[in-house]
Amino acid sequence: MKLFSLIPVFVIGVLLLWAGQDFPKWGDVESPASKSPVSSHFIANTGVDTEVPNMVTAVLADYRGFDTMFETVVVFIAGMAVIAILRGSSVGRPRRKDHEVEAEPDLIVTNTVRLIVPVIQIFAFYVLAHGHVSPGGGFQGGVLMGASFILIALSWDLEKAMSRFPIERCLFVAAMGIVLYGGIGLLSMMLGGEFLDYAELEKILPVSREMARYHAMLGVEIGVGFTVAAIMFVLYANLASEGRLKQGL
Amino acid sequence: MEGGSLVSELFIERLNYCIYVVLLLIGLWAMLAKRNLVKKLIGMSIFQTAIILFYVSIAVKKDATIPIYLAEHDPHGSHAKVVTEQNATGKQDAYHPVELKPETVKGYANPLPHVLMLTAIVVGVATLGLALALTQRIYQGYGTIEEDELLDKLDRADERASQSPIVKEKRNAQRRKSAQQAKAKAAAGSVSKSNTAAKPSSVTKGKKKAQPKKSPSKTSATKAKPKPKS
Repeated sequence: MKLFSLIPVFVIGVLLLWAGQDFPKWGDVESPASKSPVSSHFIANTGVDTEVPNMVTAVLADYRGFDTMFETVVVFIAGMAVIAILRGSSVGRPRRKDHEVEAEPDLIVTNTVRLIVPVIQIFAFYVLAHGHVSPGGGFQGGVLMGASFILIALSWDLEKAMSRFPIERCLFVAAMGIVLYGGIGLLSMMLGGEFLDYAELEKILPVSREMARYHAMLGVEIGVGFTVAAIMFVLYANLASEGRLKQGL
Repeated sequence: MEGGSLVSELFIERLNYCIYVVLLLIGLWAMLAKRNLVKKLIGMSIFQTAIILFYVSIAVKKDATIPIYLAEHDPHGSHAKVVTEQNATGKQDAYHPVELKPETVKGYANPLPHVLMLTAIVVGVATLGLALALTQRIYQGYGTIEEDELLDKLDRADERASQSPIVKEKRNAQRRKSAQQAKAKAAAGSVSKSNTAAKPSSVTKGKKKAQPKKSPSKTSATKAKPKPKS
């Protein structure tokens, strides 16, 4: 069977390598993807349209805002599905496995984590809020924030982390993230634009049209960060404890 | 001559694509050939990594910087003001970000593939978490994540389900019915044999359909006594 499965692998490999000859060379400025009017437009006009120096953030949150909104919804639904699959699945099963041992949290580890976690969380907020002018944004900041809670759960136990960020609050925060994103979209719709047309927010913000897009992007990124941070922790908490949400690894 | 140019075209000028193809094939092979569900998921992640690398390498331009405006093109902040004041000495009102010229556009890497892959990575993590949750659920239900053992257990569960009195009764009733029909047709005479031969197969199909209905209760029975595995 293993040898048999090598046949399609080799066929696909040969076809891909054959097709590889037609691809642009490494770093080719004239490659179709780089020469296309879409990406050139993004590079040339992001500053004029939105005054955001980081083009990736501008494309992510403004030009392709609809796409990003539903990517966030996908992350949210994945978290919900993990809870639905694992909740109550281990009822009536032995609480403790053979490899689980009774152990006190290590002094050195916990004290180090006590020092590190606030720094990680502040850095997460920095990455989130500074995503316009430097590499960063909602997804990255959210993952950092979720990782800080996972670090707490790893160094103490899951209960400690759950007492800081209970699962109900996780779901609330995750839902609020999407509500914030969709709310900004709906607000710009109510102000006379299209859905997620942030420029219309100038009517309620004391800034120009470009800067309205700039600030709306920050709001949208915060929404994304909320959802991603909460769902990352939900994923860890459920997978590490088989849905029991106790003890953990 | 032809072969030599192919080698230089593919393996020297486009070496990056060869690396992605190899990575992709490793992932694909792991998904096809490995019997452990977690190893299959690892293969899926490797596959995904190959595609992400491919997209990012498309965005590369020679002598280009990252897709964040340099100080002289920055539409915002202190740098921008200084530059625009130098450029437009007559203008009083602050600064106006200008559309970049095609030559300057070439100096920035393509932002679009980066955006696509940024979201793809996070969604990939979320779907990987979902897949791991499903794997964990399978382990709780069957006590194994090896595909062979899993199929064995499913077959055995089906077998036991088909042994249950209700299904047996149903099957016997169907057999009797089909035997009666065959007899009636034989009595009628001049019936092609292919017709009667086709009948039993349809009966077995019905039998198989009846089995899955019964299997869940049986699988929970196997769940109750998980086999200790070394």
